[in-house]
Amino acid sequence: MNFDVVPSSWYLILSALLFSLGVIGFLIKRSLITVFMSIELMLNAVNLSFVTFAHEWHAVKGQIFVFFVMMVAAAEAAVGLAIIISIFRARATLNVDQIDLMKL
Amino acid sequence: MNTALQSVPDIYRILPEVILTLTGVWIMLMDAAMKPSKSRRSLGWVGAFGVTAALYASLGQLSMPAGTAFFGTVQTDAFSVFFHVLICGIVLVALLLSLDTLPANQHHRGEYFALMVFGAVGMCLLTSAVELLVVFIALEISSISTYVLAGYRKNTGKGPEAAIKYFLLGSFATGFLLYGVAMIFGATGTTQINDIAALIPVAKSPSLVLIAFALLMVGILFKVSAAPFHVWTPDVYEGAPSPVVALMSTAPKAAAFALLIRLVYGGFPTLKPMWLPLLWAVAVLSMTVGNLAALRQENVKRMLAYSSIAHAGYLLAAFAGAGTSGIAAAAFYTAAYSAMNVGIFAVITVASGYDEKLPLIGDFRGLIHRAPLLGGLMLFFLISLIGIPFTGGFFGKFFSFTTASQGGAIWLPLIGLLNSGLAAAYYLKLVVSVAQAPSSNAPVAPKPQIGVAVGTALAFATIATLVLGIAPGQVLGAAKASAQTFATTISSIK
Repeated sequence: MNFDVVPSSWYLILSALLFSLGVIGFLIKRSLITVFMSIELMLNAVNLSFVTFAHEWHAVKGQIFVFFVMMVAAAEAAVGLAIIISIFRARATLNVDQIDLMKL
Repeated sequence: MNTALQSVPDIYRILPEVILTLTGVWIMLMDAAMKPSKSRRSLGWVGAFGVTAALYASLGQLSMPAGTAFFGTVQTDAFSVFFHVLICGIVLVALLLSLDTLPANQHHRGEYFALMVFGAVGMCLLTSAVELLVVFIALEISSISTYVLAGYRKNTGKGPEAAIKYFLLGSFATGFLLYGVAMIFGATGTTQINDIAALIPVAKSPSLVLIAFALLMVGILFKVSAAPFHVWTPDVYEGAPSPVVALMSTAPKAAAFALLIRLVYGGFPTLKPMWLPLLWAVAVLSMTVGNLAALRQENVKRMLAYSSIAHAGYLLAAFAGAGTSGIAAAAFYTAAYSAMNVGIFAVITVASGYDEKLPLIGDFRGLIHRAPLLGGLMLFFLISLIGIPFTGGFFGKFFSFTTASQGGAIWLPLIGLLNSGLAAAYYLKLVVSVAQAPSSNAPVAPKPQIGVAVGTALAFATIATLVLGIAPGQVLGAAKASAQTFATTISSIK
């Protein structure tokens, strides 16, 4: 069985769908943790694009990019979760709608 | 000449970043080694020393021929040096400002200084990066440091809230930027900014290039807080400590503007018919939205946040300029804006303290009578923000608007001038409040203390704003020299 029959465009479409899901999740979800997970979904959708394009161009550069994105995402997760904990300590809630001390 | 080009070792091209990184690591190690009860003040001075050394190292880069290093990932030229010096200057002032104003018993002060220095690494690297991978990493280094700094007042409700808002929206925007990088890689097979321009005409699919460019713009315009990507700005500035706001309202923006200039003039000059109207629209929208929203603010930091959105608009107007004059005007405006904005936040820090005893415009009533020097400086920076002659703000706007009209957008300076009038209205509210006789039932504010470090910081900001307003020739010359970096790609447009 030949696995090359799956065209690259399918991966790109899947990546675009995942990215859109991340964007939608970011916009409509009300829990900080879920909002944060949506961002991670966006980054991983981009990773899928990078790998696909690396395959298309036969360039290893795209895969190296993925490593760096994962590394940065891990650093971001560390800082993000720390901030979420400090929010929870200060406010005892993770609901986005209740974190509203400052408004227009 | 060719041998001279090759004789510059790669390490010298990133010497400022290396110095800053070592300084930051040193501060963190010393912080861990010191007794918890011991004052961390000395670490702040270490940071200030390291940033000054980095500033001199970047000036030293002027003497070497412009060129790339590390397999074409970073490029030092007059342009990168201009922004390196600017960013190091801002971080130096912010460090000095924090030295005297952070509470002495505050734990983790060491990491605060280290984060500021690490942020400077990212911002400096961002201005010399010519490979989108390095751009991404530099952007994240600077962002992650500022996310933490924004929420530094953990015991207030507003501190963590500012941090989470900055963090979530910042990462969201980075996601878009990264998707743009993936698209441009897919379309051209390269992520080298200098190569993109030549490869766009032969790109696999032109629509992919356009999508990539749009996504990149979302990420960068967020970082410079231009409308319609500005909503995070007032909340983050209100919740973050004032010395941090002095830093993050200027340095990351300067770095992001440098990246924007490199991208549009270095990477996408062929798309000029696309990005020029886009940037015009963003400029007009930023000015108008920023100024209209600032009019109805009562909180000083929120008002200045909206004013910084408007200033991003004035700056973007300079992109309309023909040839290299637009880049020079944008670079000059960045310097002028940074000087006066750091200055006014420095005054606010000193006047209202770390706990921010004076949040509202009315609280500053009679400042000039209570503390004549501080009140006078506040008036001076406000005058500069309005754009009255003999201050940096005036020449910044002057160059930006004249270059825009030379570029063929006559209506842009007109809208800009109308907006400046609008902006004067809310700046004057604060001017009047500062100059008024103090009321009897004014809130009890701490008597402002100007220590050595804060005094130096205030002096730097004041001198910079004054020099840019009275003798702008040298800085303008440096800005013009830095703009020459893009002379070849710009001439290829026509």
